[in-house]
Amino acid sequence: MAKELLKGNIAMAEAAIRAGLEGYFGYPITPQTELLEWMAERMPALGRAFLQAESEVAAINMLYGAACTGARVMTSSSSPGISLMMEGLSYIAGTEVPAVIIDVVRGGPGLGNIAPSQGDYNQIVHGGGHGDYHPIVLAPASVQEAVDLVVLAFDLAEKYRTIVFIMADGNIGQMMEPAELPPMRPIRTEYPDWAVRGAMGRERRILSSIYIDPKDEEVTNYRLLQVWNRIQAAEIRYREYFLEDADYVVIGFGTAGRIALSAVRMARAEGMRVGLLRPITLSPFPHPQIENLIPQVEGILVVEMNSGQMLEDVQKAVRGRVPVEFYGRLGGMVPFPDEILAEIRRMCREGIPPDGDPRQRWMKRFAPIIRWHD
Amino acid sequence: METTLSVQIVYQRPRSLTAVPMHYCPGCTHGIAHRLIAEVIDELGIRERTIGVAPVGCSVFAYNYFDCDFVEAAHGRAPAMATGIKRLLPDRVVFTYQGDGDLASIGMGEIIHAAGRGENITVFFINNAIYGMTSGQMAPTTLPGQKTTSSPQGRDVETMGYPLRMAELLANLDGAGYVVRRSLHDPKNIRMAKKAIRLAFETQLRGLGFAMVELLSTCSTNWGLSPLESLRWLEEHMIPYYPIGDFKVAEALQAIKV
Ligand SMILES: Cc1ncc(C[n+]2csc(CCOP(=O)(O)OP(=O)(O)O)c2C)c(N)n1
Ligand code: SF4
Ligand SMILES: [Mg+2]
Repeated sequence: MAKELLKGNIAMAEAAIRAGLEGYFGYPITPQTELLEWMAERMPALGRAFLQAESEVAAINMLYGAACTGARVMTSSSSPGISLMMEGLSYIAGTEVPAVIIDVVRGGPGLGNIAPSQGDYNQIVHGGGHGDYHPIVLAPASVQEAVDLVVLAFDLAEKYRTIVFIMADGNIGQMMEPAELPPMRPIRTEYPDWAVRGAMGRERRILSSIYIDPKDEEVTNYRLLQVWNRIQAAEIRYREYFLEDADYVVIGFGTAGRIALSAVRMARAEGMRVGLLRPITLSPFPHPQIENLIPQVEGILVVEMNSGQMLEDVQKAVRGRVPVEFYGRLGGMVPFPDEILAEIRRMCREGIPPDGDPRQRWMKRFAPIIRWHD
Repeated sequence: METTLSVQIVYQRPRSLTAVPMHYCPGCTHGIAHRLIAEVIDELGIRERTIGVAPVGCSVFAYNYFDCDFVEAAHGRAPAMATGIKRLLPDRVVFTYQGDGDLASIGMGEIIHAAGRGENITVFFINNAIYGMTSGQMAPTTLPGQKTTSSPQGRDVETMGYPLRMAELLANLDGAGYVVRRSLHDPKNIRMAKKAIRLAFETQLRGLGFAMVELLSTCSTNWGLSPLESLRWLEEHMIPYYPIGDFKVAEALQAIKV
């Protein structure tokens, strides 16, 4: 299929449809709304389920019910809406039904703004609803990658009976880029042996997240952890750029990773031996890949559009063996490649202090740059 | 002289009810509601294509007692979950079973919008004027003056507001096809309740929109009354506030004799 110029939100919606989506439930919120609108147009035309719910609370619970039928289903939203979905997410995780959720992250906390941000990292990767579970989180850095990851998301969700998040930011959702859509997959005709579809000629089935006896809940939590171990072993995804001979490595995901790549290219043109590791799965996090870089590099620069939420995961992998530096923009502000280039230059020229807190150092450097009054 | 004895079964467990002891307190009307629903599912021959949605409340384990496919919703979200199922499987029969805290408090948004959309699902609403499961706090349906653990001096409408009449409220919505209130306090009313349950399923089978049967129920344990006193209390106190009646019956249903 040829490349077309596509807006990220629409590309993700169409990719889901072509992956065999049978039901979509959502609620309007910028910068995600085009996704819902595309579904409103396409899904009924294809004879598939589309419903604009009365809230994100309702949308996620509709998704929960729909997921229990074993169908391919998804919802999408942006940060404040994702907060409202946390209850349902926990139930979905506890019931072990597959579901795909797209978060087109915007600036926060609170109502914040509609600019691109990565401030939901902790909520999606480490947080979520109550209880003990891990979702898979995929972070695209281009429209094409968003398309590919949406298709992958359904396959992973079903393979592991888990929640898969696409954590995009407003930039990925709103930007137009050439991308190739996947071919249309047929809707499935066979459903998994746990699906609740009416007890026609078989024993009844029950789907629930209740394990009233703690012994059973412990067994369930342990089983979820076993599945999570399998996911960690098999599903880590990332991209490496210029790492073969790199003395320094930049780590960034999504839009921040993509801007960091421009900065790394500029630094390379200036002769600096710097590379980029771009995590695609934020969960499972590429700990082993960072581990592998440690003997090779003299320092790591983490770049994010938040106050260093992934930074803490990088630090966990590094465990003080290599100095780490941080650069972030906050609240819906997007870094320019020049800003990251300046950080790379400084890192290559002066090195990184072996101890101290990279976030505190960044806050000091950043204070004069931040536009207090404008 | 020869006598022939013929044995006729006049009463047995409905096929749609499982053969497990229920966890409800003695005298609790949840069990009656379950049995009526199961009998109607049998009579309509829809067991194999019915999917139930259990609430959070004393009937959280309702799925153990019905011999059909079932899911268990988050507190108050059963209508949303049922919507998701029904939209994916429009030819299945989908019902929710919800208490008053579940449906009229935390799940108010979900129930109003399901009714407003004319979602083609059937809702059984157990109004026992209290939070049974969490041991007796005030519900949105708790009567004025009624003592609960969270209204120990009795519900003061000045500070705690007025009880909600859900059947009347939902019947106002265009999407509602069948909305009635019945009671489970004596055999006559139980027979009337069964007919309503039947019509509520018929509403769905005929694609006539949202259907709800509100069932006035008892909670002896948290009312602090014996089962018999509870039935009397329901009759004397609840029915005057929550009149039994039909609040919305779609025209196409009016001709049906059950
Ligand atoms: C989000 C959430 N809030 C609160 C609870 C605690 N809770 C469980 S059941 C219940 C009230 C149930 O009352 P009702 O719906 O009237 O059912 P009944 O037990 O009376 O049949 C509450 C508050 C919960 N499980 N989930
Ligand atoms: S607490 Fe009340 S509602 Fe719950 S089972 Fe006992 S009597 Fe029934
Ligand atoms: Mg109650």
